[in-house]
Amino acid sequence: MYIFIQQVINGLTIGSIFALIALGYTMVYGTMKFINFAHGDLVALSAFVGLTIYTTVVSSFSNSIIAILISLIITIVIISIIGYLLERIAYRPLRKAPRLSAVVSALGAGMVFQNAIMLIWGPNPHYYPADIIPNKIWHFGDSVISLIQILILLLSFFIMIGLYILVNKTRTGRAIRAAAINQDAARLMGINVDAIIVIIFALGSTLGAVGGMFLGMFYRGITFNMGWNYGISAFVAAIIGGIGNIPGAMLGGIFLGLFNSLIAGYISSTWADAFTYILLILILIFKPTGILGERVAEKV
Amino acid sequence: MKTKDVLLEIKDLKVSYGHISALKGISLKVYPSEIVAIIGSNGAGKTTTLRTISGLIKAQSGEINYRGHELTKIPAHKIVPLGISQSPEGRLVFGTITVENNLKLGAYSLKKIDYARMEWVYELFPRLKERKNQLAGTLSGGEQQMLAIGRSLMCNPEMLLLDEPSLGLAPILVKLIFKAIKEISKQGVTVLIVEQNARAALRLSDRGYVLEVGNIVEYGNSEELLKSKKIQEAYLGKKKQNQLI
Ligand SMILES: Nc1ncnc2c1ncn2[C@@H]1O[C@H](COP(=O)(O)OP(=O)(O)OP(=O)(O)O)[C@@H](O)[C@H]1O
Ligand SMILES: [Mg+2]
Repeated sequence: MYIFIQQVINGLTIGSIFALIALGYTMVYGTMKFINFAHGDLVALSAFVGLTIYTTVVSSFSNSIIAILISLIITIVIISIIGYLLERIAYRPLRKAPRLSAVVSALGAGMVFQNAIMLIWGPNPHYYPADIIPNKIWHFGDSVISLIQILILLLSFFIMIGLYILVNKTRTGRAIRAAAINQDAARLMGINVDAIIVIIFALGSTLGAVGGMFLGMFYRGITFNMGWNYGISAFVAAIIGGIGNIPGAMLGGIFLGLFNSLIAGYISSTWADAFTYILLILILIFKPTGILGERVAEKV
Repeated sequence: MKTKDVLLEIKDLKVSYGHISALKGISLKVYPSEIVAIIGSNGAGKTTTLRTISGLIKAQSGEINYRGHELTKIPAHKIVPLGISQSPEGRLVFGTITVENNLKLGAYSLKKIDYARMEWVYELFPRLKERKNQLAGTLSGGEQQMLAIGRSLMCNPEMLLLDEPSLGLAPILVKLIFKAIKEISKQGVTVLIVEQNARAALRLSDRGYVLEVGNIVEYGNSEELLKSKKIQEAYLGKKKQNQLI
């Protein structure tokens, strides 16, 4: 039983990171109908940028949690700007081109990010310091939960609630949903669809930046090509939840995190990836619209 | 009607899609508080005209003047706040959003949602009020048309562009919708309506233009157009090919 509880805790942690990253895929798909394959590498870039900023600013703060929050905010700003430029340079010129062109452009942009990371930080792994968060753990029964897990769970939870409120309860959120359904109809409402797309990329990059830093803090080791692996997992999570569907991406992320970690706990961690793909194939065969299938039409 | 207070004036407007030219140089005027109809059959360029006014399509040449603004140079989202609103072809309601939220989206260009106006829209179309929490995509065709018109009213427009509001509706619903348009017009809203249903449109409107493959071939008083032999044969005849489906 303790394996189960332990794996659930771990699964929820990694699952909420998947969810944060999956939201970036799903929001862009919701409005622009293409998969932003550069998103995973943007997440990797965030992990490196975040680490560099953290090591630069940490000595100025007595409290490492404050140092982390400050680094998170600066990283979010930098990555949002990069996300904005990505849309401006790689995608906007292809707005009217076939969607395949945009996908190819995304793959290219992903390679640019990967190579940029390698050029700037080198091909060897970098490590988040072990003491980045005080190494506190709590026991219950035979299971443990660490401070870093609590922090990741709480922050992810609040970020996702915030996003949900933004999309469902505000004027801008209504505009985001309208633009996802029909861009011309949205324009006829007076909505500046280009501005909405910028907001989408800024939001997606923000969530990706948080996800990237969480990956570094949780697993510690980061590599220039990590974006591919985590990107695919988050992408699978978005598909599981129903691509284009915001609550779906959140649920899909949590679901995939739990699934991976239970496979790792009961079968073997080396099999986790293989099972992820098996799950993806099963979903695509039996429930191609994702677990929130009937609501998938609600795009973003 | 004096020339100087013309509200919207289109001059020699040309629009093309790639090599296909859809508007070959049309000119028309709309005066405040008028109902003007553009009639024409499939592919005449009616939708293209309205989409160009709203800024969804770029003009190739020509002018669209609205109260001193040159609309061909203004992006769509900045045209709505000038007072021009459109209920588009095919209605384009936001299907996965509730009726009420569709109406709120109609008011997007205003700082604040005008709830008194929403009540007026509900009075105009009581069926929308009964269904305000329903997803717009689950409405019937006629109700979606009501919603599209209601939504276009929420921004307090000075001028309303209506693209084939009768399309695919039973005669009784056409009557209801056209009655509502008359009511909207009575409130001082200028209406430019595009229709294949020439009879209904000309009965409703003050003046009409006849569009044929990208050219305006006839225009004038709607009553006179209704009596014109040429138009009766082409658009109002018993053997109509151009009527609604
Ligand atoms: N997106 C497009 N790409 C290419 N050609 C187009 C496009 N939209 C319209 N056209 C062409 O432009 C011409 C005018 O079309 P438009 O939709 O304005 O006609 P319409 O009068 O609204 O017709 P209908 O009554 O069928 O709605 C037609 O020949 C049509 O084929
Ligand atoms: Mg049309």
